[in-house]
Amino acid sequence: MSFNSEVESLKQNRHLKGSFWLKTCLILVAVFYLGLVLFFPVANVGYIAFSKGLAPFFAALTGEDFLSALKLTLFITGVALPLNTIFGLCAAWVIARDRFFGRTLLISLIDLPFAISPVVAGLMIVLLYGRNGWFSNFLEQVGWKIIFSPPGIILATAFVTLPFVAREVMPILAEVGSAEEEAARTLGASDWQIFWRVTLPNIRWGLLYGLLLTNARAMGEFGAVSVVSGNIIGATQTLPLYVEDAYKNYKSQEAFAASIVLALLAVVTLVLKEILSRKTEQKPD
Amino acid sequence: MERPRNFRRLVMAAIKPPSIPWLITFGYLGIMLFLPIVALFAKAFSLPLDQIWQIAIDPVAIAAYKFTFITAFLAAALNGIFGMLLAWVLVRYQFPGRRIVDAAVDLPFALPTAVAGITLATIYSENGWIGSLFAPLGIKIAFTRIGVFIAMVFISLPFVVRTLQPVVQAIEKETEESARSLGATHFQTFVRVIFPPLIPALLTGITLGFSRAVGEFGSIVIIASNTPFEDLIAPVLVFERLENYDYGGATVIGAIMLIFSLILILIINFLQAWQQKYEL
Repeated sequence: MSFNSEVESLKQNRHLKGSFWLKTCLILVAVFYLGLVLFFPVANVGYIAFSKGLAPFFAALTGEDFLSALKLTLFITGVALPLNTIFGLCAAWVIARDRFFGRTLLISLIDLPFAISPVVAGLMIVLLYGRNGWFSNFLEQVGWKIIFSPPGIILATAFVTLPFVAREVMPILAEVGSAEEEAARTLGASDWQIFWRVTLPNIRWGLLYGLLLTNARAMGEFGAVSVVSGNIIGATQTLPLYVEDAYKNYKSQEAFAASIVLALLAVVTLVLKEILSRKTEQKPD
Repeated sequence: MERPRNFRRLVMAAIKPPSIPWLITFGYLGIMLFLPIVALFAKAFSLPLDQIWQIAIDPVAIAAYKFTFITAFLAAALNGIFGMLLAWVLVRYQFPGRRIVDAAVDLPFALPTAVAGITLATIYSENGWIGSLFAPLGIKIAFTRIGVFIAMVFISLPFVVRTLQPVVQAIEKETEESARSLGATHFQTFVRVIFPPLIPALLTGITLGFSRAVGEFGSIVIIASNTPFEDLIAPVLVFERLENYDYGGATVIGAIMLIFSLILILIINFLQAWQQKYEL
């Protein structure tokens, strides 16, 4: 027995020595690639934003154009997020609970906005609501303006973030099953009560995850929004559009200071994502 | 006995008014997704066929598709190689900072593309940190085709890593250990034992990254000079046509890109079905 274990440990040692170098090399190459492609550019945002010290940084963040862009971005996200949450919950419910013809097709269709170029998404909205668009006569009559104004930006943002909540909630709903809901119903709970007391607690982490992804994308969307917004400073300029506009006009400090805000959003998103994924790992029912 | 009951259920389901979630799901999808897609195709086909053809095969447009697809493919392929390495390293090895590196892979999803665009353009411009290293060699990166490639590599990085990680996790360590103890070299073990089960997921990840890179606009419009026949990509071309109130031109090229996206979705679905077969 001791002979056997000795042979075993010898073999393992030889094995380990050989793979130690391989392992180290692979880790170094992987981290180097990630550093060059990701970390370096992101670190550069911070470097340029603060390169002239804190005063110009904060001056840039109190500029009127920046503040109005920030306000618009928060407003747009504040409308698009609940819209897609309600839709995402309903779609996840329909797909997970019902069996119907075309169900798998519906799952692929919901993912479609991820595959469509944001510019094409914006173009489609212009074709519907813009000048000479399908609804242009109607919109003119009631006096609504959608393109080059916030409603168009909301439509574009909601389009590109449409799949997130549905995608995250659907698998959880399917896994949890409907037994608890049926039990609640036989005990006399109403639809609302079942949703708030049974379904929502079950799906909460997945829902939060979906909200997080929707929020990050909604605040950062550039392509679709730039097609429909018209980029009117102080009126229809969102934060990402402000970043590009400032950069193009050689206002580097303003562009990178605003970028810090958006990069911070990205980092917070990733940290919360990590926390959420640990939460779901901890509870392997 | 079964059939009549089933039949009755079907009829009941057909007669029963749709529930509120049903109405919201299909109503919202109809307004947000189907209506815009129908509008795009209807507008494209409202033009005479020969005009559609003229716009579609316009030399500027052809050059833009070619450049977009080739560059997106090269970027996705590079990320295929390094994504496989990253997935392997992140799943199999323990090293300090592993969780941070793992979480950071998602940065391109979370970082707004405009931010990615300006920081990449700064680093790779002639007086930027990396651009200035290449400038003496006569290589310009920002505002050229190489810049577009780098932006595409940045935004398509997470896809292969994320599709491969669960598959690598599922490969039992014993399989490769037995291959090694039977005398296979590291290389043989990789090619014969580890790599084959990864192929479907790898192709899925590459296709997803490719699809994302083809559609990307924000970071590229900033890092490119957007010159026709040079570094003009298809989405920027659509944007420029629209800016010049050339709705016909924008619509036809946009419709071609949309058809291409639909084909890519079909391919991805097929690859995922293949992967599930592999798992069984």
